[in-house]
Amino acid sequence: MSWLLPHGASTFVGEIDWLYYLILWITGIAFVLVEVLLVWFMIRYRARPGRKATYYHGNTRFEIIWTSVTAVVVVIIGVLSAGRWNRIKGRDMVPPNATPIVIHAKQFEWLVTYPGADGALGSADDFQVRSQLHLVVGQPVSVLLTSEDAIHSFFIPAFRIKQDAVPGMNIRVWFQPTEVGEYELGCAELCGLGHYRMRATVTVHSREDFDRWARDRAALSVNK
Amino acid sequence: MATTIGHVDEVTLGGAEVHADTRSFVRKYVFSTDHKIIGIQFLIMSLIFLLLGGVLAMVIRWQLGFPKQPMPLGGVLPETMAPGGVVLPEFYNSLVTMHGTFMVFFAIMPLLVGVFGNYLIPLKIGAPDMAFPRINMASFWIAVPAGFLMLAGFFVEGGHAAAGWTSYAPLSERSDLSGVSMGQILWCISLIVLGLSSILGSFNYITTIINMRAPGMWWFRLPLSIWSLFVTAILVLLAMPILSGAIIMLLFDQTIGTHFFGPAQGGQPLLWQHLFWFFGHPEVYILILPAMGMASDIIANGARKPVFGYTSMVLAILGIGVLGWGVWGHHMFMSGMNPTLGTSFMISTMLIAVPSAIKVFNWLGTMWMGNIRFHVPMLHAIAFVSMFTIGGLSGIFMAATPVDIYIHDTYFIVAHLHYVLFGGSLFAIFAAVTFWYPKMFGRMMSPFWGRVHFFLTFIFYNLVFFPMHNLGLHGHMRRIYDPTQYDFLKPVQPINELISISAFLLFATQLIFATNFIVSWFKGAKAPENPWEDNGLEWTVPSPPPHGNFVSVPHVYRAPYEYSSPFVTEDFLPQNRELPEGVPSAAPHS
Repeated sequence: MSWLLPHGASTFVGEIDWLYYLILWITGIAFVLVEVLLVWFMIRYRARPGRKATYYHGNTRFEIIWTSVTAVVVVIIGVLSAGRWNRIKGRDMVPPNATPIVIHAKQFEWLVTYPGADGALGSADDFQVRSQLHLVVGQPVSVLLTSEDAIHSFFIPAFRIKQDAVPGMNIRVWFQPTEVGEYELGCAELCGLGHYRMRATVTVHSREDFDRWARDRAALSVNK
Repeated sequence: MATTIGHVDEVTLGGAEVHADTRSFVRKYVFSTDHKIIGIQFLIMSLIFLLLGGVLAMVIRWQLGFPKQPMPLGGVLPETMAPGGVVLPEFYNSLVTMHGTFMVFFAIMPLLVGVFGNYLIPLKIGAPDMAFPRINMASFWIAVPAGFLMLAGFFVEGGHAAAGWTSYAPLSERSDLSGVSMGQILWCISLIVLGLSSILGSFNYITTIINMRAPGMWWFRLPLSIWSLFVTAILVLLAMPILSGAIIMLLFDQTIGTHFFGPAQGGQPLLWQHLFWFFGHPEVYILILPAMGMASDIIANGARKPVFGYTSMVLAILGIGVLGWGVWGHHMFMSGMNPTLGTSFMISTMLIAVPSAIKVFNWLGTMWMGNIRFHVPMLHAIAFVSMFTIGGLSGIFMAATPVDIYIHDTYFIVAHLHYVLFGGSLFAIFAAVTFWYPKMFGRMMSPFWGRVHFFLTFIFYNLVFFPMHNLGLHGHMRRIYDPTQYDFLKPVQPINELISISAFLLFATQLIFATNFIVSWFKGAKAPENPWEDNGLEWTVPSPPPHGNFVSVPHVYRAPYEYSSPFVTEDFLPQNRELPEGVPSAAPHS
């Protein structure tokens, strides 16, 4: 059982994990403070015969101190979050050189459309793959997420990215993988009886490997 | 009106009379208009649903700990749920949906609002009954058929609702997507009916607290339990109609061909989420404010000390009641709504942490320099503070939008909500039930078995829910029938097993509570008028109080938390005790 986040492999990992560990420290200190005081008071001020509690109704200065300290801490966390949130999810933050792909979610699979050799969607060399996501290391991708039926949620834990796919909406989400390897994509929103197996593999290739895979794959779909 | 009369002897009090009780059995115990009986009726009903919600949780935990293995006793379930005792994925989705639905709407909410709102409000403010006793009776007898309608869903073709307790559209409105038709319709109708019950109850509470306080029971002499129930009643009155409206739209989508939430015909799935959470977030505070209020009463009693910062406690309740309306979007950070809107909801969510923190510090302040008696209710109340703190702090992780990208819809959320609803609300409910049981039934619960139940519950509860944080941090999604489908979740499967075994032990421990509750009802030691040496008005009348509550209208001289006052030799000073002339009735507050 670990409080560390698992190994990550996208450019968002640094931003999100840093904030997570900061909040872990802040809440950890608050947690220890409250629980230690609670236990200490339980021991120190347990009932003993012949003793009365101190007749005391409160202290305005204490109230002001802990109210303002809490307010300042949460506002700082809020400000630190706002910038990161905008860099990850802001609608105009998608890098201009990102590879466009379309992921169409339907019960219970992910249909991934790749732009083919010309790098543009909507052309003749586009090809579609079922529940396999293939990416190039270091190359940002811009995913247009759509859904056929229920709401699904696109979640790659290792990339720290999640976005609901909502029927009737075209939602853009981007990310940039940083390490070659095999990862998993899961559905994070209850979407029906096969929700638990709405899984896809994510493969991050080197540029050459990806080009070879894409050529083979495109040829396969042309032959069909 | 009774409240304005200074001296009342044998006259009727708001229609209820304190003399020989000639009502028939049915009038007295079944179709009763007595707020105390109605409170006890709600208590029995919601404890049964609490047990049922717990049973559903056990089946969920079996499947998660031991996926696709035959469940012990699973053979009693029909083929459509668990053939050969192996839970089916469609039944699993019904289980998570109905566990949430029963716990939120039929257990925790009625336990807090229906039981203690009814039982405590008139007694604690010095009133003979609710302002509208018949409407109060109707409120309970409307909740009962709502419960039966919800239960009926398990027995219809297609199984029970399976779109989560949040019933996100379009999964919830289209039976071709969920495989569920009648179950989801019954879910909708039941909650519309239950909503009516809650609305009837809530305006009764509001009217009673405004109009029927005994002379001298000024607003700032109200116990915090009553303050929190007052604000809760306002939240219920404003929030339930929104839920009912949204569910009526959903029901129309399912049955008569409207498309409020169906995108293909121009509807909008996110509209459901906005409506649901615009109700749902105030609902979260409906589920915690009364717990906070009652825990405050019990902590002051246990610590034998006035509540630290009474005024700021009241202001924090009001602050939560207001801010609670502006945070619903934090459930929707990943929903596809405009990310800029996410930022504003993040800020309002961060701000609502402030009144919650004020309350935790004030509870600590109340225990500081106290003379703490560890009776069973106090143990539960201290656990409430300790566990609510964890639930509050874990909320900051998901309020921070970038971290929420990762932990949204994972077990981290499940851990958080159970630290608030079980660690918070349910521990406060155990505190309140054990505290007011002697008043309700005229008998004491066994303190020994009460302690055994408390310590085992505290240990197993933490073994169940604390590791869920770690599962979530590993990326474990919610509501997945079989986590071993994912390679990255295979290493954490032992944690799932640990959680499941602890959950079975946690459930077994509750049988101790149930036994203590039932046996004490018949065999418990006779309860004196004021077993906890408390200051509240309810402890100045016999246990259980007679119909009509007070022989004469009590006069209130002071705030409810005058413990360890230097003006009397005892360490408590009831609100209605008149002190000799020249002795101040309470010290001026600092």
